Amino acid sequence: MADSDNVSGVEIQLDQVTKRYPGSREPAVRDVSMTIPAGKIVILVGPSGCGKTTTMRMINRLIEPTSGTITIGGEDALRLDPDTLRRKIGYAIQQAGLFPHFTVAQNIAVVPGLLGWNRSRIRERVDEMMDLVGLEPADYRDRYPRQLSGGQQQRVGVARALAADPPVLLMDEPFGAVDPITRGNLQDELLRLQTELRKTIVFVTHDFDEAVKLGDKIAVLGDQSAILQYDTPEAILANPADDTVAGFVGAGASLKQLTLLRVRDVEYPDIALTAVETRDSPGALRQRMTEQGRTYALLLDERGRPKRWVHVRDLSSATSLTSVGRPVGDVVSTQSTLQDALEAIIAEGGNAVVTGSRGEYVGMVDIRTVTDAVQQLREEHGDAPEPTGSAAS
Amino acid sequence: MNDTERVIMSLFDYVVDRWERLSLSAWLHVSEVVQATLLAAVVGVLIGVAVYRSPAGSAVATALASTILTIPSFALLGLLIPVFGLGATPSVIALVLYALLPITRNTIVGLSGVDPAVRDAARGIGMSRLSVLTRVELRLAWPAILAGMRVATQMLMGIAVIAAYAKGPGLGGEVFSGLTRAGSANATNQALAGTLGVVILALLLEAGYFVLARLTVSRGIRG
Repeated sequence: MADSDNVSGVEIQLDQVTKRYPGSREPAVRDVSMTIPAGKIVILVGPSGCGKTTTMRMINRLIEPTSGTITIGGEDALRLDPDTLRRKIGYAIQQAGLFPHFTVAQNIAVVPGLLGWNRSRIRERVDEMMDLVGLEPADYRDRYPRQLSGGQQQRVGVARALAADPPVLLMDEPFGAVDPITRGNLQDELLRLQTELRKTIVFVTHDFDEAVKLGDKIAVLGDQSAILQYDTPEAILANPADDTVAGFVGAGASLKQLTLLRVRDVEYPDIALTAVETRDSPGALRQRMTEQGRTYALLLDERGRPKRWVHVRDLSSATSLTSVGRPVGDVVSTQSTLQDALEAIIAEGGNAVVTGSRGEYVGMVDIRTVTDAVQQLREEHGDAPEPTGSAAS
Repeated sequence: MNDTERVIMSLFDYVVDRWERLSLSAWLHVSEVVQATLLAAVVGVLIGVAVYRSPAGSAVATALASTILTIPSFALLGLLIPVFGLGATPSVIALVLYALLPITRNTIVGLSGVDPAVRDAARGIGMSRLSVLTRVELRLAWPAILAGMRVATQMLMGIAVIAAYAKGPGLGGEVFSGLTRAGSANATNQALAGTLGVVILALLLEAGYFVLARLTVSRGIRG
């Protein structure tokens, strides 16, 4: 790996890991083998009761495997003292599980304290962690968990998990109990943190959309944690391994794929006829439009930013370009996902304006752009191309 | 002077006259109750910690402690005197036994009321079993345990009076001898002084618990 220097995570390997509870005939987890690459987010996703949480909890031995081996960064996890092992693995859970009788700072300081750090180093680290998760230390350090919103509690939970700088982070539906808007923000923030930290993150969820958004790789699990498919989100969406995975991916796989592609990854031809509203005259523009057989032209401001669409017949009576046309509605940037682009295309009635990093006009996308991109993704992942327009299910 | 004033004046004189003896009895009464509560707290919390993970164990411990409470205090003392003789020993044992129920029950309630997510997080970030218990579970159950101790103390203040039957220390002696000498000089004063003393001491201890709760319960979980 070219950028392996920045990776602080380590590889985790599960080899034929089985968990059998006494008194039950079938194991809860049967013979799971998987490699979780260093510095990546791997999502374990599956229906309730499939054993995904059990599988994750065996990594930090909150549940002891009945058989099999687990190595973390080459070290046999089953040979270490469980408490020592857990201090090297961050752990964040649903509803945060903060200690209600500790302040925010005390909560974050627990693991460094267990590791015997000195006071000043702990204090520095707590402030650093609070900054990292976006909580102003001076305002929040001395608050108690019950004085925080659900989203803030979850941030503290993540800060506590990361406080001792563990190479591995286990997250068990950490954003399951917060409202959708907060969840979206927390997910974005986790992705931002991960670009800095490059931990190995094992993330359990039953929400496939969350898996697609966060995962570098997704393991779709069936009964007894059987790995039905373990691949990148793109590959799973484009080519589900079997009907169970397809069912779990759910309706609208093609729409979900659009969230993985960005406008900068596809072609956005510069096909609009443009004019600068303060510089060009209506007569000259009208002449250009008739010559090229166009009915619409895009008016830009002096810095090249799209302002209005103008119809050729509006130009006959106009004296200046600054007063004609209808404003451009939704525009998409090259950073936008194709899902946003599709939204704009529908809202704008057929195509949407693409803007660059400074808001300047760079091209256009239409429905063909979107369908072609999805087709291409499917071909890359070895699926037979479907006829355009057929519904994916 | 009407009758009421006369009674109060006479009681006042009685208390002033015998202040030394009364204050010593009051001190012994409080000290006996507080010691019994502390002893019961240690035993009760240990029992609670031992059984709270098992519903059956919790049920048995609570049932046993309740059974002790149903034995009338006179009868319990009567049973203890042949074994331990007269004096402080049987009365302290009786008091500890009575205090066990509220403390054990509240310890179990408090410990099993700890959010499983909090316990899971504590284990998951690498706290040992012992530190989960001492730094998290008992700290969170503490308000309930303290409430149990408070109920126990209030109850023991009254029961300690009965313990005078076994020649135990405290204000019980005043009440008993006042009642048995009913009609003779100062009998009413003696019984009244003992009873009122118990009430006043109980209120003082109540205030003590309030201060203790303010000092020892984290602001994060204070109601």
